[in-house]
Amino acid sequence: MDVKLKNKYDVIVIGGGITGAGTARDCAMRGLSVLLIERFDFAQGATGRNHGLLHSGARYAVTDQESATECIQENMILRKIASHCVDETDGLFITLPEDDLAYQATFVESCQRAGIRADIIDPQEAKILEPAVNPSLIGAVRIPDASIDPFRLTVANVVDARIHGADVITYHEVTELIIDQTRVVGVKMRDQYTGEIREVYADLTINAAGIWGMLVAKMAGITVNMFPAKGALLIFGHRVNNMVINRCRKPANADILVPDDNVCVIGTTSDRVPIETCDDMRVTDEEVEVLLTEGAQLAPALATTRILRAYAGVRPLVASDHDPSGRSISRGIVTLDHATRDGLEGFVTITGGKMMTYRLMAEMVTDLVCKKLGVNKACETATTPLPGSESKQSEEELRTYSFADKAAEGRHGTYTKEIVKPADELDEALVCECEGVSVAEVNYAVNSQHVNNMIDLRRRTRMGMGTCQGQLCSCRAAGLLCQGNHADKAAADLADFIDERWKGMKPVAWGATLNEAQLITMVYEDLCGVNQFVKEGGMK
Amino acid sequence: MADLQINSESVFNFEQCLKCSVCTVYCPVSAVNPAYPGPKQAGPDGERYRLKNPVFFDENLKKCLNCKRCEVSCPQNVNVGDIIQVARMKYSNHKPGLRDRILASTDFVGTMANRFAPIVNKTLALDITKSLMHSTIGVDKHRQFPAYSAQRFETWYKRNAKAQQAQYSKQVSYFHGCYVNYNFPKLGKDLVKIMNAVGYGVQLLDKEKCCGVAKIANGLYDQAKKHGNININSIRKAKEEGRVTLGTSSTCCFTIRDEYEHVLGMESADMRESMTLATRFLYQLLDEGKIKLAFRSDYKKRVAYHSACHMERMGWVFYSTELLKMIPGVDFTMLDSQCCGIAGTYGFKRENYETSQAIGSGLFKQIKEVAPDCVATDCETCKWQIEMSTGVPVENPISIIADALDVEATIKLNS
Repeated sequence: MDVKLKNKYDVIVIGGGITGAGTARDCAMRGLSVLLIERFDFAQGATGRNHGLLHSGARYAVTDQESATECIQENMILRKIASHCVDETDGLFITLPEDDLAYQATFVESCQRAGIRADIIDPQEAKILEPAVNPSLIGAVRIPDASIDPFRLTVANVVDARIHGADVITYHEVTELIIDQTRVVGVKMRDQYTGEIREVYADLTINAAGIWGMLVAKMAGITVNMFPAKGALLIFGHRVNNMVINRCRKPANADILVPDDNVCVIGTTSDRVPIETCDDMRVTDEEVEVLLTEGAQLAPALATTRILRAYAGVRPLVASDHDPSGRSISRGIVTLDHATRDGLEGFVTITGGKMMTYRLMAEMVTDLVCKKLGVNKACETATTPLPGSESKQSEEELRTYSFADKAAEGRHGTYTKEIVKPADELDEALVCECEGVSVAEVNYAVNSQHVNNMIDLRRRTRMGMGTCQGQLCSCRAAGLLCQGNHADKAAADLADFIDERWKGMKPVAWGATLNEAQLITMVYEDLCGVNQFVKEGGMK
Repeated sequence: MADLQINSESVFNFEQCLKCSVCTVYCPVSAVNPAYPGPKQAGPDGERYRLKNPVFFDENLKKCLNCKRCEVSCPQNVNVGDIIQVARMKYSNHKPGLRDRILASTDFVGTMANRFAPIVNKTLALDITKSLMHSTIGVDKHRQFPAYSAQRFETWYKRNAKAQQAQYSKQVSYFHGCYVNYNFPKLGKDLVKIMNAVGYGVQLLDKEKCCGVAKIANGLYDQAKKHGNININSIRKAKEEGRVTLGTSSTCCFTIRDEYEHVLGMESADMRESMTLATRFLYQLLDEGKIKLAFRSDYKKRVAYHSACHMERMGWVFYSTELLKMIPGVDFTMLDSQCCGIAGTYGFKRENYETSQAIGSGLFKQIKEVAPDCVATDCETCKWQIEMSTGVPVENPISIIADALDVEATIKLNS
């Protein structure tokens, strides 16, 4: 997608994670001219590397009432405005024989205080509701957890920002804040493919770069005290459970199992890591072992279910300004007006928080921005549905769809209508067989959702996320993406994609997953020789 | 930690699928009917989505023949066919109609037809009947129903064979199936002839019902289970009394041994090994030197063997073909292994006729080129299909052995 940029905007938002996307949407809806800049692809950082859990807030109820209350409020809002990204599964908090059943009473009482529905149910009933649950459970509480797709959610926010006039540019990294005396007046950004540097100006620059926000702030000589906390997760080959399963105890490692789309995800761990490692998180053997062992406590079937991948994200935890040691870390939302805090005008930071509360974060920072720019318009993001969630497809109509169209409906909601009736019959052919991605869906994503390479395409469509991890679909997608005279780039993208798939398979490479990796290697390395294309024609 | 995962136990191994797609290459339906999603998509791929939401079930899965060639081809031992059958059972909204019920009720229809066999056979063979059935209930007009016998095998056995069986020190049980009982008692008589000659008495089961393969294929799962239970109990009782149960139909054998457990979810593991195919039983006895066969010197026949799909699935083609090759007068040709297209009641349905014939076309062509005196196969529905489509007579290997057997010499060798 070619993007023609203006020279000056009201607002520049740095960071195409869910916070940046949500902020760009909110600003655009309030009538501001907005530029959203992402250094790689949307949802490439923490947004795309978590559980995909639509928290009810129950997990925080005992320890952090404020977060719990925010969660349940946003939970109810997202079910309405982002219905095509949400799977309303409900969740359980289970007590196992080694857990203290007395905690359940504290838990339920705290949930109710935060406004979270929490019903104690009989363990027997829990087993009927969720047959995969550990049958030795001694207690169960049903709460309104659900699963949410962060990729869809982010893209829907980006698309709506664009609908409201925002410009969006990906694969551009902000390398410098342009400072005029005591005011940030714009940014310099570098094209990741060509290396070209360009300048853009704005009245206000919003730093929404997640954990990397500390580096953005540093460009202005400002310290934001953040603590990167790595969380590792495992993806299993199919849905073992159809409800979210949590452990009813103080939050610990690997105690949430979420059914996401047609897989399930166990996580997480939590370890402080240096900021330098955040661009390339690797999951260790120890982490896999903890996740698998603890996960099997929630649902014993995990111990014998194929693991597709392991991945890790970084939580952007912020230390309070009054506590630079980081001893009292909050998961709460942090809005920093650097004018009042550091004497630097034209620059604000929105950080902390959770994916769950992205909309509230966006609202808070946009309120601040509007105040600073003298704009008087109320926030409407809590009531206006995101593109794709305007209405819900009836099950009867869905039944008449092809496999690929049914799958696409789950990803694009009402926008599926642009995919369902392609002009050419060949467009109905499957690119990705595991996830039901058709040629028409690929074309739709490429034409309207900022797809620069195959990894971006995966985030838009689930192409390559299925059991075969790209074995069948990679070459087909590479062919479709190869436009004009750019075979070098297409081959490099293909090599990158295969590499990225292997990165996630490596920590769990045994059994069928190892066999799969061997087959992929045979096809792409031995047969097609894609290795020779790595880093030729790719990003500089 | 990989140890924790060594015994990956996904149902029917569906997660062991590497998406290599070799099953789709071997699928006879995929080759001729693009509306069928193919075994990989219908099986392991579709299963992941059905687990998420049953709305992903596709009624096109009924186009599966249940030939299980996908399972034979799979390098990862994924029970692709079972996944598809169970999905149909769990999610299909399709209710069996009158035609399906009639086709599935091989035993009931057989009982009624036997009484009036001459009239029924003539009526069924009339063009007017065929076109009526074609347009009303959807049984394809090209199909000829197998002729019904005036006397059931069971009746013949009780009147003519039962009393003599006690004289043998070794005994087997016989699961004759609907085809032998209602249409073609000769095959059962042939088996009794061979077994008696090698010193085995043949007993019928306490109670025998249709194996249920047609009921499973037509969605009558409860009836199939009910009959299955009766068969399992009878075979189990025979086992307890020291008798192995033999079958002469590969599909009946396969259904009882594998489909009861995999598709219908019945407990049959304990009796599985005591149900076997007659040719396999005979071959194993010969191989162990426990019996001997003598053949007539004046028997001459050019025989081409067709591997029925369920024979392939069981891996038992070897037993039947090796036995046939032992007959000195048999000039043996092995046909390429491919589905004949009938798949039990599938090919009888009007909507499947073209697919059915397209699937079998390669096989028919080969048979016509070889032009044997007869085709040998272990499955009765393959027999109907090949006879209708090529005009070449089809025999069960047991019948060929029985015809070629020098009974007197064999009795001497085994006494």
